[in-house]
Amino acid sequence: MSKKVLVIGEAREGSLRNVTFEAIAAGNIVSDGGEVVGVLCGAGDLSSMAQEMVYYGASRVITVANEELKTYTSDGYGQAIYQVIKDESPEGIIMGHTAIGKDVTPKLASRLESGLVSDATEVVVEDGNIVFTRPIYSGKAFEKKEITDGLVFATIRPNNIPALTRDDSLAGEVTEKEVEITNIRTIIKDVIKKSSEGVDLSEAKVIVAGGRGVKSSEGFEPLQELADTLNGTVGASRGACDAGYCDYSLQIGQTGKVVTPDLYIACGISGAIQHLAGMSNSKVIVAINKDPEANIFNVADYGIVGDLFDVVPKLIEEVKQMKVNA
Amino acid sequence: MNIFVLLKRTFDTEEKISVANGKIEDDSAEYIINPYDEYAVEEAIKIRDEHGGEVTVVTIGEEDAEKQLRTALAMGADQAVLINTEDDLEEGDQFTTVKILEAFFADRDVDLILGGNVAIDEASGQVGPRLAERLDMPCVTTITKIEIDGTTVTIDRDVEGDVEKVETSLPLLVTCQQGLNEPRYPSLPGIMKAKKKPLEELELDDLDLEEDDVEPKTKTTEIFLPPEKQAGKVLEGETADQVKELVSLLKTEAKVL
Repeated sequence: MSKKVLVIGEAREGSLRNVTFEAIAAGNIVSDGGEVVGVLCGAGDLSSMAQEMVYYGASRVITVANEELKTYTSDGYGQAIYQVIKDESPEGIIMGHTAIGKDVTPKLASRLESGLVSDATEVVVEDGNIVFTRPIYSGKAFEKKEITDGLVFATIRPNNIPALTRDDSLAGEVTEKEVEITNIRTIIKDVIKKSSEGVDLSEAKVIVAGGRGVKSSEGFEPLQELADTLNGTVGASRGACDAGYCDYSLQIGQTGKVVTPDLYIACGISGAIQHLAGMSNSKVIVAINKDPEANIFNVADYGIVGDLFDVVPKLIEEVKQMKVNA
Repeated sequence: MNIFVLLKRTFDTEEKISVANGKIEDDSAEYIINPYDEYAVEEAIKIRDEHGGEVTVVTIGEEDAEKQLRTALAMGADQAVLINTEDDLEEGDQFTTVKILEAFFADRDVDLILGGNVAIDEASGQVGPRLAERLDMPCVTTITKIEIDGTTVTIDRDVEGDVEKVETSLPLLVTCQQGLNEPRYPSLPGIMKAKKKPLEELELDDLDLEEDDVEPKTKTTEIFLPPEKQAGKVLEGETADQVKELVSLLKTEAKVL
């Protein structure tokens, strides 16, 4: 049965996050031939980003521009999106499982008294039912979940549901909606940027992660250089965070972030079960470790037994060389 | 100050997961306080010690959850509430949980509610913000620092690695992120004292709820394990050759470069 589905887009530093396009693709599956309506909140001119959502498969897009939406607050975005929902009466809503998605969707679902499937990695239509797959126990298991009553509401995990191919011959209406935003109860005083270049771990295609074997915060420098060479980002095991080599925001594992990049390079990480839970669903895993018995080799596609401070610099050179030859 | 902590009993992070008859095997599992909820318990105790008041730890579950509540009491919480759904509920989801909590908080005087930002088992991360919405309270998720001055609250929150400085006010609901604090271990005197601290048990009836009121909006139709990861190729030879081979494999075989 075809459905009208809202897809809530998300911008970061002036451009749409990739997960927005993935959410449109998921919205297309859920809509089952119905309408996929993009929604984009922010301040200033949002029309070119809205147009981009059309090229990636949105039937039309509603923009909500308001100075109060310049930075995200749960009250501001919650009110804006809620007003669009009331206008449009959708049968489905999809958003990325990002910091914003995690914060705003439960509040909306609660206000709408609806179900919500968080962090889906797959969505299919089976015998007319919309079935989501999502990891539980930090990826040690998966569950299939259906909404039994009312609105089909879900957030999708970045990097899992492929976006549709961009097609700039697609046309769709972009309309602006005015909303009234009142009573923002949490005021953002400041944002201290710590993430290196705006790529969040959950969205990164390549992650170079360090463990206790990195030995110091300086030890992370070659890992950062390798990550930069591969257009990736740096992560860490709990061991490295506990030892103070890096910030907890980089931690990957059962406590910490759960990631699924295309390439995960584990350097000096032994592979405790809690760490494996956070990364073992990565598409390709490389392990570099001095200890040939390290658990990490059991989940790695490729392993190098050796000192990371010897291997990583050589790896950086080799990748650079490959890029020159390409 | 009336401080409440939402606590969930979860599998120990060390546990391997196996599935039997479509369910997660839980016969021999070890249970703990959900690690993120442990940060909430610790922070609640610290806030009470600084500002006075009482810490009440609340969980929804079965009789067995008493153990985790006692642990929280041993850490220093003042009282605990077990909302026992063993006889009433077969299934539930986040809608169910929040309906129950909403009823629990309906006639209570609340200044601050703390919860984990996510539970490590079902990992929906929904209960905190959903409850805040029902109670019409401001909500700040994934906090790494909190300071209270009168009714003004200043918070650091983790936003995908960046730190957001937030100002808000009581009454308030927050969810705790790693880095907020280092949860204490219960001391021996703490454990002794915990045995005598009040632990109230409630059922849906006591909250004027019927089974129908809390009927879930979602259902799990299947649980399965990810495909077993095959141990891969450990490369051999001189480091320089291994690195060359690795890059070549990543490019041609794995196609990720």
